[in-house]
Amino acid sequence: MYLYQDYDRQLLAERVAQFRDQTERYLAGQLSDEEFLPLRLQNGLYIQRYAPMLRVAVPYGMLGSRQLRALGHIARTWDKGYAHVSTRQNVQFNWPALEDVPDILAFLATVDMHAIQTSGNCIRNVTTDEFAGVAGDELEDPRPWCEIIRQWATFNPEFAYLPRKFKIAVNAVPDQDLALVGVHDIGVQIVHRDGETGFQVLAGGGLGRTPMVGEVIGEFVAWPDLLAYLEAILRVYNKYGNRDNKYKARIKILVKALGVDAFRALTEKEFAHLQGGPMTLTAEEVSRMRGYFSRPPYAADATDQPAALTAALDADAALRRWYRTNVSAHGQPGYAAVTLTLKKTGRAPGDITDTELDAVADLADRYSFGEARTTHQQNMVLADVRQDQLPALWQELEALGFATPNFRLLTDIVACPGGDFCSLANAKSIPVAEALQRRFEDLDYLHDLGPLDLNISGCMNACGHHHIGHIGILGVDKKGREYYQITLGGRGDSHCVIGEKLGPSFEADEVVDVIARLVDLYVEQRHPGEGFIDTYERVGIEPFKERAYGSHH
Amino acid sequence: MAAIIKNGEIVDDRWLRLTTEQIEADGLPADGPILVPLPVWLAQREALLARGEVAVWLAPGEEPEALVEDLDRLPLIAIDFPVFRDGRGYSYARELRTRFGYHGELRAIGDVLRDQLFYLSRVGFNAFAVREDRNLEDALKGLKDFSVTYQGDTQDPRPIYRR
Repeated sequence: MYLYQDYDRQLLAERVAQFRDQTERYLAGQLSDEEFLPLRLQNGLYIQRYAPMLRVAVPYGMLGSRQLRALGHIARTWDKGYAHVSTRQNVQFNWPALEDVPDILAFLATVDMHAIQTSGNCIRNVTTDEFAGVAGDELEDPRPWCEIIRQWATFNPEFAYLPRKFKIAVNAVPDQDLALVGVHDIGVQIVHRDGETGFQVLAGGGLGRTPMVGEVIGEFVAWPDLLAYLEAILRVYNKYGNRDNKYKARIKILVKALGVDAFRALTEKEFAHLQGGPMTLTAEEVSRMRGYFSRPPYAADATDQPAALTAALDADAALRRWYRTNVSAHGQPGYAAVTLTLKKTGRAPGDITDTELDAVADLADRYSFGEARTTHQQNMVLADVRQDQLPALWQELEALGFATPNFRLLTDIVACPGGDFCSLANAKSIPVAEALQRRFEDLDYLHDLGPLDLNISGCMNACGHHHIGHIGILGVDKKGREYYQITLGGRGDSHCVIGEKLGPSFEADEVVDVIARLVDLYVEQRHPGEGFIDTYERVGIEPFKERAYGSHH
Repeated sequence: MAAIIKNGEIVDDRWLRLTTEQIEADGLPADGPILVPLPVWLAQREALLARGEVAVWLAPGEEPEALVEDLDRLPLIAIDFPVFRDGRGYSYARELRTRFGYHGELRAIGDVLRDQLFYLSRVGFNAFAVREDRNLEDALKGLKDFSVTYQGDTQDPRPIYRR
C-alpha cells in the first residue's frame, strides 16, 4: 500500500493543528455554526442524531494491520466499541464527542490516517475494486492511479467549495465493475490501446434522489493527461454547477441540463488549456506510485487446489459452502482472496467491534501480508491468502462470526445506518435488514437462490445504494410514518442499471413478506442456472408487481 | 480608511468599492480610485478609463474572460464571494493567473474569512478584503495553515514530485 513520506506526515500534522484550532475557535464562539459547518465536514465530522459522526478516510479501501488496530483503539477509547464500514469503503464512528475529535485525528495521524475530505462539498475519497491488484482479469492495478488522484484531490485549493460533493471511482477490470464507475460523479475505466494505458472517463453518474448512469465524456484519455482531464471536468462543474438548489447541484444535473455533447465540448475547451502543462504525469511518477503497490512476497511453492484444501473441502460441508461464496479467485497461483462478511444476522450491516478490528488485524498479519480491505458492500477482504491456509483461516473466521457464507447472496445486505443513527433518514434500515436475514437464514435455500444484491437505504440520499440492488428497499416518510418503497432490476455492475419502482410503498411489517413473495416468483420462473436479475430482465416487472400486490387487489 | 491584507501584510486600502445601485443613484465620485462592477465597466469603459484609476470586480457567474482585452489597463481585479461557500471565484482566479496571465492585484472581497485564505492564496489571490467584523491579524494566520501541498498552484505550478 502507499507508504507515507515525511511530507505526507507533515501535511497531516498541519491538518490536525488546523482543525484543533478551528474546533477551539468554534467552541469559543469565534466561528458560527454556519462557518464551522464546511470546515468540520471537510474533516469528516457530521452532527448526527445522537452525537457527531466521524468518517475516517480509507483510501481505496486499503488498511494495514496497525491501522485496523488503531481503528479498534478509537472505537474503544472515544466511541461505544463499534465502527461501521460505509458503502464508500470508509469507516465511521457514531459516538465521538466533538471536543475529542482533534485528539482522535491526532491519533489517526500516528498511523498515517485522517478524515480529510470524507464529507463536504469537495472531492471525496477515491474508491476502486476491492480485489484490485489481485483480480486475475484486471488490465493493471488501479490503485496507483487512485493514489495519484488522491494526492491531486487532497486540499486542491480550487475545488474545496464545489456546488456539491464529488465522488470518483476507478476500475481496471473489463466487463466487470465492482467499483461502480457508472454511478459516480466521475468514473475512470482503465483501458489499454496499442499497449498504452488510457482511461475511458464517465461523468454525471450518481444515486440519490435523481439516480443516473454516467455518460462517456472522454473515450480515451491518455495516461499522462489523466489529472489535466479530471481538472477540466472539475473546473467546468465548479463554474457551471447549480448552486441555487442543493438537490440539483450534483454534476449529473449539469451534464443532463447541458446535454452530454455540450458538457464534453466545455470539458475539451478547458482541457485544451491544461494539456501538456505542469500537471502532466510522468512515467517516473507513475512508476514510483506503482512501486508502492508491488506484489507481496508470494510463496513460489504455493499451488492451486492444494491437497490440504481439497481434503478439508471434501470433509466439511460448511467449509465448502463458505468456500463457494466467500473465496474469490486470485491472479497468483496458490492464493485466494477471502471476503469477511460483516453481515451476521443481528448485527447492523457493516458494523464491527473494537476487539473484532484487532482480531482482523491479527488475521491480516498471519494470513495476508498485514493488509485488509474494506468494500462498498460493507464487508472486509483479506486479499492474499494461501489456499492451503484457507481451512485454518475459515475456522478462525467462524469463531469470530465473519464466516457467514453469504457473500453476494440475499442476506449480504447493504444498508445505510438509517433512522437509528442518521438524522437525514426517513426510516430505519437496520431492523429491516435483520428481519430479512432472519427470514432467509436457511443456508441451503440461500445458496440455491444464488447471487442476489439486496440494498436498503433509509432515505433518498441512497447511501445504501438501493437503486443498484437487484432488489432495492427505500425508506420513505408518509405523514410521519415509515414506509418502504421497493425497486427491482437495479445493477451495480458493468451493465449498470437504475432499478425500477415496483409500485406503492409498504408498511414496515409487510416488507419481509413482500420480498419473500418476489423471491418465490423468481424461483418459480427461473430457468436452470438463471440468477434473480436475469430472470427479472427476461420476464419484466409485471409478474413481480402482480405477486407483490396481488393479495391487495 | 479600511485595511486589507495584501502580499502577506496589513495595508490601508485606497479603493472605493461601488455597486451598480450606488452608481445609478449617486453617479461616480469625482476622483479617487474606484472599484466598479463588471456590467458598469463593460458599459462605460472609455469614460471610466478617461476618469482615472479604475478597477473591476466580478460577481459569481461573471467570468474573467470578459476582461481579457483589458488586463493591462486594470491594476486591480476583485472577485466577490457573496457567501464563502460559493467556490466559483476560485476557478476564476486561477484562470486569470494561469490562462490569461494577469499580473496585477487580485483581490478577494465579500465573505472573506480566515479559514479560506490559504486556498484563496493558492489559486492566485494576493489581496484579501477580510470581512469587516473579523480581525486582520487573526486572518493573517490563515495564510500559513500549511507548508506542504501535493498539487501545483499559481505560485508554483509543479506538483510535489517535480519540486
